[in-house]
Amino acid sequence: MAYTKRFDGRKFDEIRAMDAKVGVIDRAIGSAMFKMGNTIAYAAVYGPRDLFPSFLQNSSRGVLRCYYDMWSFSVTDRKRPGPTRRSTEISKVSEAALFPALKLGAFANTTFDVYINITQADAGTRTAGINAAALALADAGVPMEDLVCSVAVGKVGDKICVDLDKEEEDFEEGATDLPVAIMPRSGKITLLQMDGNMTPKEIKEALTMAKKAMEKVKKVQVKALRDKYKGEDKK
Amino acid sequence: MNTEIKALAEKGHRVDGRKFDELRKPIKIETGISNKAEGSARVTWGNTVVLAGIKMNVGTPYPDSQDQGVLITGAELSPMSDPRFLPGPPGPEAIELARIIDRGVRESKMIDMKKLCVREGELVWTVFLDIYPINNDGNLIDAAALAAVAALKSAVFPKLDGDKVLFGEFTKTKIPLKLLPITCTLAKLGNKIVVDPCLEEEKDFEVRLSVAVSEKGDVHAMQKGGMVGLDISEADEMIKLAVKKSAEIRKVLK
Repeated sequence: MAYTKRFDGRKFDEIRAMDAKVGVIDRAIGSAMFKMGNTIAYAAVYGPRDLFPSFLQNSSRGVLRCYYDMWSFSVTDRKRPGPTRRSTEISKVSEAALFPALKLGAFANTTFDVYINITQADAGTRTAGINAAALALADAGVPMEDLVCSVAVGKVGDKICVDLDKEEEDFEEGATDLPVAIMPRSGKITLLQMDGNMTPKEIKEALTMAKKAMEKVKKVQVKALRDKYKGEDKK
Repeated sequence: MNTEIKALAEKGHRVDGRKFDELRKPIKIETGISNKAEGSARVTWGNTVVLAGIKMNVGTPYPDSQDQGVLITGAELSPMSDPRFLPGPPGPEAIELARIIDRGVRESKMIDMKKLCVREGELVWTVFLDIYPINNDGNLIDAAALAAVAALKSAVFPKLDGDKVLFGEFTKTKIPLKLLPITCTLAKLGNKIVVDPCLEEEKDFEVRLSVAVSEKGDVHAMQKGGMVGLDISEADEMIKLAVKKSAEIRKVLK
């Protein structure tokens, strides 16, 4: 059976409905919520702060550390609390996805710790987490030369789709998942992973689709930042 | 950051004298290097040496795949192999390595998991694939992926007595495999794309992309590393080069 119509009625290049809010956690230096369909991610930034043990410090720039975690109740089968191999890897690739946008030269020997938590999961959690984290970093006032926008593209059956949900990821005849993050101004890819089955030609097509979808992500991010700071320029 | 390696690349050279698209030599596989394991392989990749071993056991299947076996991939960066590696439980680098290898095997559907079922819903085979570097001279990913495939290719089932495995007694039945994925890693040095980065280049690269490719040339897994971005056209170029070079690496499997 070919995949001719998406389960939730979206067009193949259509991203799920998004929502974002900046400044959702008072205690954090910067914070944000990012929702993609039924996936909800929160991110909080603490820093710049002293980094210990001190051998982790970098004397020429600040350090970025990400901690991705899925909450136990966010998935159908309860996830055992605490870090997993999956979360360790996602934390690492999220750091690499966000770091190129940051200018940390003025923050020698310090760290910016970004906590990314998924409270409701319906696929695309790492991409929603990166979108939230980019907003939280901007909200924290970390110098940035670009935003970071992230979305997963993939293949359901034989159709290339943007922003797969869980039902599509679990498609009987197989689905390919290709999470991407792009800095919108420079067009540089900062996250690129894939599992499944695609030809190089299909990957190129998928990346082009991702780039287009990312513009929508950016709009939502920019609006969320403006919504928080719209009064500020009048002061 | 060592700018010499990048400056060298801009001039068209690599630190070890290779061409940009040249793999290190030799790439060599020896199987059956550990006689207690169900399958094992040592890959010598230039000066990088990696061991992969297979152990098997039976257990209950996962609830969502009652008629399929289980694959568990691990990697430890042994302190013996590199002064930067420290004793202790696997850190992010080791976990990432294991998961890149795991995805290459799993997503290419290399192992016929349904044939690892003993009794549906009750008893299935678990394949433990473990990776240890002996000497790290760079590009552990590709060497480990090749060792993993070679070890799986050489592996035989242990004997089963009822529901118990007779460890140390082997059958002649091989693990059923459907295809053999090859992983190829590219790195960007300055503006140049190089294949199979050596240790010195690894310390200096800004971006790497690892691509798992089937014999047909389909891509089954990818992982980008490094703290710098990549253009779509560069990613495309890297993927195409990975497909091409993987065919060359594949020859050692024959």
